[in-house]
Amino acid sequence: MKNHMLDIGKIRKDFSILNKRINGKQLVYLDNGATSLTPESVIGSMNEYYGSYNANVHRSIHYIGEKATKEYEDAHKKIANFINADFEEVVFTKGTTESLNALAYSLMRNLSEGDEIVLSEMEHHSNLVPWQQLAKDKKAKVRYIRINKDFELDVEHAKEIINKKTKIVSVTHVSNVLGTINPIKKIGDLAKEVGAIFIVDSAQGIPHLPIDVKEIDCDFLCFSGHKMLGPTGIGVLYGKKKMLEKLNPFLFGGEMIREVSFEDSKWNDLPWKFEAGTPNIAGGIGLGAAVDYLRGIGMEKIKEYEEYLTAYAFKRLNEAGVKVYCARNSDKRSGILTFKVDRMHAHDVAALLDRDGIAIRAGHMCAMPLVNKILKENALCRASLYFYNTPEDIDALINGIKKAKEVFQTA
Amino acid sequence: MKKDLDPNRLGDNEEEIYRENIIDHFKNPRNYGEIVEAEIKHSELNSVCGDMIQLFVKLKEGKVEDVKFKGNGCAISMAATSMMTEILKKKTLNEIKNLNEEDIFEILGIKLSVVRMKCGLLCLNTLMKGLEQMEDKNGIKN
Repeated sequence: MKNHMLDIGKIRKDFSILNKRINGKQLVYLDNGATSLTPESVIGSMNEYYGSYNANVHRSIHYIGEKATKEYEDAHKKIANFINADFEEVVFTKGTTESLNALAYSLMRNLSEGDEIVLSEMEHHSNLVPWQQLAKDKKAKVRYIRINKDFELDVEHAKEIINKKTKIVSVTHVSNVLGTINPIKKIGDLAKEVGAIFIVDSAQGIPHLPIDVKEIDCDFLCFSGHKMLGPTGIGVLYGKKKMLEKLNPFLFGGEMIREVSFEDSKWNDLPWKFEAGTPNIAGGIGLGAAVDYLRGIGMEKIKEYEEYLTAYAFKRLNEAGVKVYCARNSDKRSGILTFKVDRMHAHDVAALLDRDGIAIRAGHMCAMPLVNKILKENALCRASLYFYNTPEDIDALINGIKKAKEVFQTA
Repeated sequence: MKKDLDPNRLGDNEEEIYRENIIDHFKNPRNYGEIVEAEIKHSELNSVCGDMIQLFVKLKEGKVEDVKFKGNGCAISMAATSMMTEILKKKTLNEIKNLNEEDIFEILGIKLSVVRMKCGLLCLNTLMKGLEQMEDKNGIKN
C-alpha cells in the first residue's frame, strides 16, 4: 500500500508487533503518546550488543570493551546530529522524567525565596511536580501560562508573567493531551529577555517534528527514547555546553569522575560528568539505532504524513459525534487526539475498543491539573498516532467507537 | 487466550463484563445521593483512571440504617458501588467489616481482568477506609 508520501506498507513490515492479533483481531496501535513500537533494527542492535560485545564502557582494555565504548559513544553522536547539538551536549538519562527531575535538583542552588518558575497549564506531571516541589522547598513561586480557547498557550499571558523575578521557564513542546505544538521559540525569547533559564520538554515533540536546538536556542531540552522507536529506560538531557559546564552533577559515583581524593573530587568531561555508574548501554545503542531509522525515513516526511493522518482522524472523530479536545488550528496540531464519548467513561470506551484489538489511552494522561481543572473532565480517551499508522487504523477506531456506543445504547 | 467476544451479544457469559445489569446500574445507579449526618463519610480516588467514589453510611444500633454514594467513574466501578450499597442495608457493623473481594465479585457476577480489578474494588476500598476512619475517630482499636 502506497500512502501519501511514505511507503507505509513497507514501513509496517519493520514492526513485527503490527502482525500480532489481539483478541483475535489485528492490533491497531493508537497509543503512541504513551510509547511507540520498536522496529526490528532497534531490537537487533540491542541483541547484537548482548550477543556479541557485552562489556562495560570507558574502562575495559579489551576488544569487546572498546567496541561497546565506541558504539555507546556513537549513539551520543547520532543523537547530537539528530538535534543539531554537539556531542558533549547530549547526556543519556532514564528518560524525560529523570532529565527534568535532575534539572530541578541541580538548579536548586540557583533559586532563592521569592523567585519565580514559569510553566504552562498544559504540562505533564513530570514537568510540573519537580518544579512545584522545588518551589515549596525554596519558598519560590510557580506561575502557569494560561491556555486560550483554541487550546494554545496564551503568549500575551506569558509576556505578563515572565518578569525579572523569573529564574526558570520550563514548557512542553507538544502537549500530550491537546496535541498543541507550542511556540517555544517565542516563549524562549521571553525567558531570555529576563535572563531566565529556558527548558523544553520535548517528549511528545521530538518523535514527530524536525528539531534543531540551535534554532530553538533553549538552554535545556529533555526527551525519552521509547516514544521515538527506542527502548524504555533511556532518554536524553540536552544542555548548552556552557550550561552543562556550570551545572552541578546530580549523581555521583563511577564514570563521572576525573580524580578523587579523600578530601575532594574533580568531574569528568562532558557529557560523562552527568552519567554516573554503568549506564544503560544497550538502551543507548538502541536509541542510536532508532535515530538511524527515523533519519532513514526523514523527519520532514514523517511530519508531513502525520499532518495528513491527523487531519483525517480529526475530521472522522468530529463526524462521529464525539467531543474532541485538540488544538483548534490545524497547523498547531500534532497527532494526539483526545476525545470524550458522551455518557460513557473513557475506561469503558478503551475496554470496548480493546475487544477489536484497538489500543488507546484512557484517563488523565498524567496531566491532572489540565484535565480536571481546565478541561473539567475526570477521564478522557486519547488516540495518538505515529507514522506507521494508516487511515484504515482511524476507520477501525471510528467503527470501534460506534460499537461501544451501541453496547451502552447511547448511539 | 481470551475468547473473541462480540460486544453486541450481551448474554450471561461471565466473560462479558458489559452485561445488561451492569449497564443498567451504571445508567441508573441505586442509592445515589448524599447523607448529611452519616457515621461513615469517605471518598477514594482511583488515580489511574480518575474514578472517584464518595460513600455515606448511616448506622443505627450497630446496623446499617441507610447508605448512599456519589461518584464518577467507569461502568464497572459505578455498577459495583451501586450493587454494594444494595447489599449493605440492614447488615451489622461486623458483617460489613467482614465483606471481602469475593463478595464484590459475586454481586458483580463477572470476571475482572487485573486492570479492571481496581475499578471493581474501589467501592470496597472506600468502605473499608471509611470504616477505619470512623473507628480511629471513635478511638476504637482493633
